[in-house]
Amino acid sequence: MTMALIELRDVTKTYKRDAIEIPVLESVTISVPEGDYLGLMGPSGSGKSTLLNLLAGIDRPTGGSIRIGDTEISTLSERALAAWRARHIGFIFQLYNLIPVLTAFENVELPLLLTSLSKKQRREHVMTALNIVSLADRAAHYPRQLSGGQEQRVAIARAIVTDPTLLLADEPTGDLDAKSAGEVLTLLQRLNTEYKKTIVMVTHDPHAAERATHLLHLEKGTLVEQVGA
Amino acid sequence: MGLIANYNVRSMLVRKGTAAMTAMGIAMVVAVFVMTLAIAQGFRATLVASGSPQNAIVLRKSATSETVSAVMKPEFALIETLPQIARDAQGQPLASPELVVIISRPRISDNQPANVPLRGVGPRAFQVRDSIKFVEGRRFTPGLREINVGKLAVGRFKGLSLGSDVKFGNVIWKVVGVFTADDASFESEVWGDVDLMLNAFQRSGYQSVTIKLTDPSALESLQAAIMGDPRLDFKVEREQDYYDEQSQVMTTVIRVFGTFVTLILSIGAMFGAMNTMYAAVGYRTREIGTLRALGFSRGRIVTAFLAESVMLALIGGVVGCLLALPVHGLSTGTTNMASFSEVAFKFRITPALLAGGMVFAGLMGAAGGLLPAIRAARIPVARALREI
Ligand SMILES: Nc1ncnc2c1ncn2[C@@H]1O[C@H](COP(=O)(O)OP(=O)(O)OP(=O)(O)O)[C@@H](O)[C@H]1O
Ligand SMILES: [Mg+2]
Repeated sequence: MTMALIELRDVTKTYKRDAIEIPVLESVTISVPEGDYLGLMGPSGSGKSTLLNLLAGIDRPTGGSIRIGDTEISTLSERALAAWRARHIGFIFQLYNLIPVLTAFENVELPLLLTSLSKKQRREHVMTALNIVSLADRAAHYPRQLSGGQEQRVAIARAIVTDPTLLLADEPTGDLDAKSAGEVLTLLQRLNTEYKKTIVMVTHDPHAAERATHLLHLEKGTLVEQVGA
Repeated sequence: MGLIANYNVRSMLVRKGTAAMTAMGIAMVVAVFVMTLAIAQGFRATLVASGSPQNAIVLRKSATSETVSAVMKPEFALIETLPQIARDAQGQPLASPELVVIISRPRISDNQPANVPLRGVGPRAFQVRDSIKFVEGRRFTPGLREINVGKLAVGRFKGLSLGSDVKFGNVIWKVVGVFTADDASFESEVWGDVDLMLNAFQRSGYQSVTIKLTDPSALESLQAAIMGDPRLDFKVEREQDYYDEQSQVMTTVIRVFGTFVTLILSIGAMFGAMNTMYAAVGYRTREIGTLRALGFSRGRIVTAFLAESVMLALIGGVVGCLLALPVHGLSTGTTNMASFSEVAFKFRITPALLAGGMVFAGLMGAAGGLLPAIRAARIPVARALREI
């Protein structure tokens, strides 16, 4: 068996609100192999988003270690962490988080501005990503001109345009109707099987959870192991 | 950076109203800044234009200006013979002994009395000051009670137009010509025969001698000749340097005053920009979180918001410059503190002044945008993403 892509060891996260410490994650240990499609479930407030943010290097753990690939991200400086995110993480948000004043094309191009690619190369990458999500014909549209499902697919194109190591999705279908949700889930599955992307997806939706190859349950900040599909 | 610039420009346009108000605030400050400095520029240019590099002015050693200097007739006779002085076709030296007296005339604008400089000049003054051109009438005739009036003085003071009779020194003088002087301060003066003026004002001597040099480089040798003569207690300056010095007190006062006023105004405009940028950061917190999550560093966020603020300010700067431009060339006047007489001059806006206004606008934008930009960059990413 090859080395796992993601290795979390005794990860804890405590938020401080005023003087009160709120433990959100308690000693979470996970290992995710490369190419996995992991579903993360659990009741509201159990710490799913918190865990995903730690994986994304958006937030820092209070204790424990997080290794992704060969990088121990919990010790990276702020600047190094930003550069690391740009290279290795594709993040998909529940509310898409497209920049409203930028077109679909420009939104997808955003992460490429942090690379040394030429304008022409960026254009090729953006169009490839938009083609994968079947929205090449909407490149010049602004987010408000797109449906929710289309917006989320543009967001997915933005997440994959740099060909990142890891795709992280926080309730990617949470705001979509059943049909759009189905399209987004099919797309994620294709990215996993066809493009060999490792995916960690937080979801409440049993239909979404079905698509994952493994499932983990969080309860009050601790993992409750559960055998997936 | 191209796309990020798009992002900032378009985001700014989304909130046009606020952006326009902020830019207007900065525009007003830049306009005031450019206009006050245009006064200083215009004033200085007018005085400096009075001096020619080929002319020298002789003053009593201790005198700071011609009004407090004295040159006696025998002393002038000695000076006149010096070889560094250019001569006309008849071999007459191009040296003009002069007297400046201040007379009081009511202003056309408010009927208030103002100090008008009256300059008695020698018969060859018009060859020494070759920028003088007559737009109406002719030169005064030496020995007659005739005067010439600078064009700006005609427009600024009552009763000085061509053909008028003007009373001063207890006698009546007739205006026989109106002249221009390439925007020099002479255009604010009244000129007449120096020897008649000495009598009219019961003076025994001149105040200064203005000399046309054989060559601009002859100044040093003229200085050496005059300073080396024990009978002559004079200093010799290049005319341009003299007028530049005469403008200094006034331009400094205007500049200090202008800077003070604009600084006070700029504090308001800067807080306006700061307010707008704080609001922008507030509205766009989730976008900032998204950009950070995508891997944009804090430095890039600071740069982007700072650039947005500076851009907004520069738009204000352009508007401010455009607002100020129409005053260019307008005439105004002030009492020159160096001579206590009124000098009329024109607002003068130069490219350098406009560039200064733009730099000033940019600085206001940077100062106003800095704290909001830093705040934008410091919002924790996870928290920013939770904002709706
Ligand atoms: N920045 C923060 N400051 C303080 N408390 C926080 C912060 N972020 C999260 N929390 C708290 O941590 C707990 C877990 O939050 P988290 O968002 O990870 O839950 P979740 O499992 O994603 O829930 P949901 O299904 O509702 O999205 C909650 O009690 C939340 O209030
Ligand atoms: Mg959540």
